[in-house]
Amino acid sequence: MADFWRLYRRNRSAVIGLAIIAAVILMAATAHLFFPDDPFKLAGKPMSPPGAEGFLLGSDSLGRDVAAGIAHGAKTSLLIGLLATMVAVGFGAVMGGLAGYYGGWIDDLLMRVTEMFQTIPSFVFAILLVAIMKPSIESIVIAIAVVSWPAVARLVRGEFMSLRNREFVQACHIVGMSDVRIMLGEILPNCLSPIIVTGSLMVATAILIESGLSFLGLGDPNIMSWGFLIGAGRTVLRTAWWVCTFPGVAILLTVLAINLVGEGLNDALNPRLRERR
Amino acid sequence: MNHAVKRLRYVLKRLLQALPIVLAIVVVNFFLLHMAEGDAVDVLAGEAGSATPEYMAELRTKFGLDKPLIVQLGIYLKNVFSFDLGYSFRHEMPVSELVLDRFIPTLLLMVSTIVLAVGVGILLGLLAATGLNTWRDTLISIFALVTYATPLFWVGLMMIVVFALNLGWFPTSGMENIAAFHTGWDRVVDIAHHLVLPTITLSLFYLALYTRLMRASMLEQAGMDYVTTARAKGLTERRIMFVHVLRNALLPVVTMAGVQVGALIGGSVIVESVFAWPGLGMLAFEALFARDLNLLLGIFLLSALLVVAVNLVVDIIYSLLDPRIEVA
Repeated sequence: MADFWRLYRRNRSAVIGLAIIAAVILMAATAHLFFPDDPFKLAGKPMSPPGAEGFLLGSDSLGRDVAAGIAHGAKTSLLIGLLATMVAVGFGAVMGGLAGYYGGWIDDLLMRVTEMFQTIPSFVFAILLVAIMKPSIESIVIAIAVVSWPAVARLVRGEFMSLRNREFVQACHIVGMSDVRIMLGEILPNCLSPIIVTGSLMVATAILIESGLSFLGLGDPNIMSWGFLIGAGRTVLRTAWWVCTFPGVAILLTVLAINLVGEGLNDALNPRLRERR
Repeated sequence: MNHAVKRLRYVLKRLLQALPIVLAIVVVNFFLLHMAEGDAVDVLAGEAGSATPEYMAELRTKFGLDKPLIVQLGIYLKNVFSFDLGYSFRHEMPVSELVLDRFIPTLLLMVSTIVLAVGVGILLGLLAATGLNTWRDTLISIFALVTYATPLFWVGLMMIVVFALNLGWFPTSGMENIAAFHTGWDRVVDIAHHLVLPTITLSLFYLALYTRLMRASMLEQAGMDYVTTARAKGLTERRIMFVHVLRNALLPVVTMAGVQVGALIGGSVIVESVFAWPGLGMLAFEALFARDLNLLLGIFLLSALLVVAVNLVVDIIYSLLDPRIEVA
């Protein structure tokens, strides 16, 4: 662990990214302390510019506090980003693992399915899925997971294929281990680091997709999110630029930070790659 | 001669490989339509205000909605392959007509975006790679990193605030100034003027992608044996970079441009709804609001087919450009 941190620390921008993410998590965790009211509640005079009327970042056309919306929206973005990534990585790993381990017709079949999912324009597909399932946290998580698992499946399949014929796996076969145990207990731990790196980058993409969906009005109607704030603010863009601007900055910083951490993880988990550069 | 036959066979083989994917997409589309609550008859009944159960049953028989699922699937497949995508009850028009109407503006936006993103991306990647680890490289890399993390719709809105509302250089929305009744060249100029902001917005993300890809590709090629050979021959660094390395480094960027078309369509939904650009994306946005699922599915199907077609074309062009690619 200490060794990992020493490697990770060498990438300075990754450390900055980690700090930003820590700040966003802190903001999400303390949102109800600083802004105890419902962020949908009307808090004061509509369209107040930043700093006026006690609004740090201004208020929107209905008098909702933009700062409160951002703080509460942080929870939504992080939650959906993490959940969707976990579902996608889990499902993708199972599909890719089976395809890579067994090969043959299973591989053929699963890879054709993966290919089809990669061909479908992912954002349009996500829109369609959420529209059909009705917007809610669950449907958004499912939609994002459905469009993101193929990348994991391809990665895991490649790793499983290269590991399945190695000596240590053959040794497991000889001592009579079951396929499931070999896959989960022996092969999977050996390909965790690329999965972690890909997964961390997928959280960033998931947050971007979620914000796009809620911007288009496909967010969960009961939960505050950054994309919703921007979507609600676009009608008053001419007079109240701050309603759209600040939530966008929040998305940008969070996604950027996650990408930086992903790169840092990559450098720390695959140190040889870094030295080769 | 033998070679030409081989190429033709390769093209045919790729066409055949694309078929099952197209078929699978159509089937997925059919099941999505069925997953949705309520069918076309419910929509019709809702539009009419009220309908007796007997009348609704009669309508279902008429549309074949009472038949087993597998038979309905057969009918749906037949319809799709004769380009009948159903009826949009909101627009009171067949979906296929609506979709074709809105296809040209989207194509215009996508082509200009690809040209801008690939062109500038290659240029920036080249600048970064030739000035490796200088301020130029750092600046370009930071730019790519930031644009890669920016939501498209937000960039679009900020563009509107800065360049349309405050500076007044470009119009805020739409594809042309309809009230001006421009014709001929004036109309082309007008459309181009409206095209600037949406194109820049949509291309930013891909620009970042191509910049990073081009930089990495240039650096990879620079370490190849043929570069050492060229250097040993006494060629100038300039000539090696711009004639030898550049040509080879372009290949992955071209492939990526083809792969990204699917993502581009998703991006155009967002950009078109921000700039009210009257294309497929805007139509999808309208369909979302009107809960017009038939239309949404039609758009989805067309965009998926477009991706398959573009991938096919890129593959074929690629095999013509690079003789090393296996065609047998």
